[in-house]
Amino acid sequence: MNNVEDNTASNNRLRFAGRVILKALLLFLLLNFVFAIWYPLPTLAKFSAYNVFFPGRQRLPYGDNPSKAYNLSLYNLDAMFASHELAGRVKPDDEFRVLVIGDSASWGFLLEPDQTLAAYINDSRAMLPDGRRVRAYNLGYPVMSLTKDLLILERAMQYKPDMIVWPLTLESFPYDKQLFPPLLQNNPRAVRELIQTHDLSLDTKDANFEELSWWKRTIVGGRRQLADLLRLQLYGVLWAATGIDQDIPETYTLRQEDLEADRGFHNLQPPHLQASDLALEILSAGVRLAGDTPVLLVNEPMFISQGQNSDIRYNFYYPRWAYDDYRRIMSEESQRKNWQYLDLWNAVPGSEFTNSAVHMTPDGTRLYASQVLRAILDVAKSSPK
Amino acid sequence: MTLTHILVFALVSLVVGWAVPYRWRGWVLLGASLLAVYWLQPSTPIRYLDFWFPTASILLTVITWAATRTPQAQPSRRGMVGAALVVGLILVVALLRYAGPACCLTPSRPPDIWRVLGVFAMAALLVAIPIRFPVSRRFLVPAIIFLILGLFIILKSPAISQWASEWLRVSGGQSALLAAASDLPWLGFSYLAFRLLHVLRDYQGGKLPAYDFGEFVTYAIFYPSYTAGPIDRSQRFIGDLRSATPGKVSEALKPVNDPARQEQFVQGGTRILVGLFKKFVVADGLALIALNSQNAVQVTSTLWMWVLLYAYALRIYFDFAGYTDIALGLARWVGIRLPENFDRPYLKQNLTAFWNSWHMTLAQWFRAYFFNPFTRYLRSRRLNIPTWVIIFIGQLSTMLLIGLWHGITWNYAAWGAWHGVGLFMHNRWSDWTRSRLSGIVERPQLRKVMAFGGWLLTFNYIALGWVFFALPSLELALDVFKSLFGI
Repeated sequence: MNNVEDNTASNNRLRFAGRVILKALLLFLLLNFVFAIWYPLPTLAKFSAYNVFFPGRQRLPYGDNPSKAYNLSLYNLDAMFASHELAGRVKPDDEFRVLVIGDSASWGFLLEPDQTLAAYINDSRAMLPDGRRVRAYNLGYPVMSLTKDLLILERAMQYKPDMIVWPLTLESFPYDKQLFPPLLQNNPRAVRELIQTHDLSLDTKDANFEELSWWKRTIVGGRRQLADLLRLQLYGVLWAATGIDQDIPETYTLRQEDLEADRGFHNLQPPHLQASDLALEILSAGVRLAGDTPVLLVNEPMFISQGQNSDIRYNFYYPRWAYDDYRRIMSEESQRKNWQYLDLWNAVPGSEFTNSAVHMTPDGTRLYASQVLRAILDVAKSSPK
Repeated sequence: MTLTHILVFALVSLVVGWAVPYRWRGWVLLGASLLAVYWLQPSTPIRYLDFWFPTASILLTVITWAATRTPQAQPSRRGMVGAALVVGLILVVALLRYAGPACCLTPSRPPDIWRVLGVFAMAALLVAIPIRFPVSRRFLVPAIIFLILGLFIILKSPAISQWASEWLRVSGGQSALLAAASDLPWLGFSYLAFRLLHVLRDYQGGKLPAYDFGEFVTYAIFYPSYTAGPIDRSQRFIGDLRSATPGKVSEALKPVNDPARQEQFVQGGTRILVGLFKKFVVADGLALIALNSQNAVQVTSTLWMWVLLYAYALRIYFDFAGYTDIALGLARWVGIRLPENFDRPYLKQNLTAFWNSWHMTLAQWFRAYFFNPFTRYLRSRRLNIPTWVIIFIGQLSTMLLIGLWHGITWNYAAWGAWHGVGLFMHNRWSDWTRSRLSGIVERPQLRKVMAFGGWLLTFNYIALGWVFFALPSLELALDVFKSLFGI
């Protein structure tokens, strides 16, 4: 009798366990299916703990060493912007909002968040004659590519800027540099839209684009993106607790002083750089995208070497002939297209550069910022409220 | 244990629980545990140590068995098979050195086979002594206890570890310059030590039943609980093992729909899933923001320091409880019910209740083998010490030892002392309030307030204690204390 009861009970349990496993499996598949169809990642990304439970970040998330930087590199632009202080601030009437885009020099490599170009502009507490206070936001991202700048600018325009400051360096201009940043490769749809809208001479079918396949749209396939989203929120706690968003080493290798006797620049050789070698059309697209908002283009300061072969090259990045031609081209193009252009190529002494020819010390950045601020005020005076 | 380890162990447990005939189950568990000891061992910069550490764990277990075995017991066939399995598997692991691409189960190449055989010869001699000369146990058992404690002190004391590492490096022809205390990661030794000490002490107390060689080794190095406990008692474990592996031919393969099997499958699976979630989702998530020596000096405000401390408190619980759940689940799948180690410790309303629900098997071990005998000794009429002093000394010294078990450093000692003092204060408070606050029982609202207050105080006291545990130095811990209280 007991055996019969045991077997009945055990059969029931087995059936129950089977049903539970089957239902769990079906639910899991269904969830993945719904997730893939709906693909809520962009929507989820907009819900951020930043600006709610802890302060927004002063610069876009980027970090190679998350456990020390309390920051990480991710490719979800919505999440990146949602974590920025800009997303948490309703623009006050008395604010003259300046968005600073650009590369690592703008983002502030080896600089604390309050030592960047945008931070030093804010430190000056500059006022316009109409009573508006200049308030700069750091939207730099540590990769050299004008297309990356354009992508960020396109997103940034929703935050009602009064001016765009767009620091540039020649290394961001070559066509072969445009689509290489992982941030672009992982946002192929947005980049394609930019290419098509602005009719840019870039390949919409670039082989490096990471297409959002059906698999990647599922929870399992997109687990990395989901985890990154979660980690970004968690690191917000440490960002709020410490104010740290970058792992700045105590010591680092200084920018190269002695240089190779190499005259080449990317795949180009002297004597002359042509305007067509540079993706100037992306600058035009950016200015067009900004519409009535003035855009201040800044040729950012760079390290000028005095060492070996400095008669051939200015620094690790640039041979003299290419950089001189680039400055000439930018100057001519700005005049021709009526761009607001400020050339600060040699505005900062060599001693104020850190580990690369474009990364500055806090003092160097402060000097740079003072000159950019002067230009901002000049341009602002002539722009309508 | 990584996810890969857990996945492989789960597969092994499933196969053992569902497909291996009962009479083979014990052997498979023994074999799996032996191999797991080698597989789990992390690499070490000292040559061959990642082979010698697991081998030493096994040989120490074997010698302990020999020293505590019933003197009049005759060598059994099962015992001989078990010994052959142990020796054979160690030799297989060592021989993988010559297996080319199949090398190795250990993180690096094992030493040459002659050295292994040499160590076997010495171990065989040590095993033979108590078997051949039972009278030698009187000295051998205390000697093993001292050996285990000595090894423990070497491994847990950074200064001595450093020295030992230098010595081992020089002995092996390596440079001593790179020696570090972290060179000696003997995985599972702490838990193995507790199991062996329990066996040795029970043997001395005449409380140890006769064990078969194979089941004793399986008890000591059982793969689900080898790295993170729980610390089971041999009497209970081997009882379970025997009922899970009856060894009767008639029960060679029970039907798949055997209710006991299904029950253990569902219970084990649930525990493993819950454990995986606790460890790899909750604990690993909290680990990103938990207090540590890096962020402790970077935090800029009191409020955030508390947030980081609470994150640490929760992280350490979910991490440890998660591993325990996984161990219990894996063991359940092979028919063994390991003891519980946690019972919602952070919801307790006083520190005594916390220690009855946090790492319970460790607390029980210390109660059985240190606190009770020690306080019994203090209570003896010869000493004539007041009761409250006995309680204070007993609790403080027990908690100090529990602290030092984690590492022989000032911060762990401070953590132990923190809890020892806390337990004593609670003991005195309970004594004082027992008669005075008896009226509260009739006032439910006040009882609730008292319960909430007790929980709040207890949880924060425990959380503050974690400051000592989380940080490597007392100076840093005191700085964090200052920050927590806005000083």
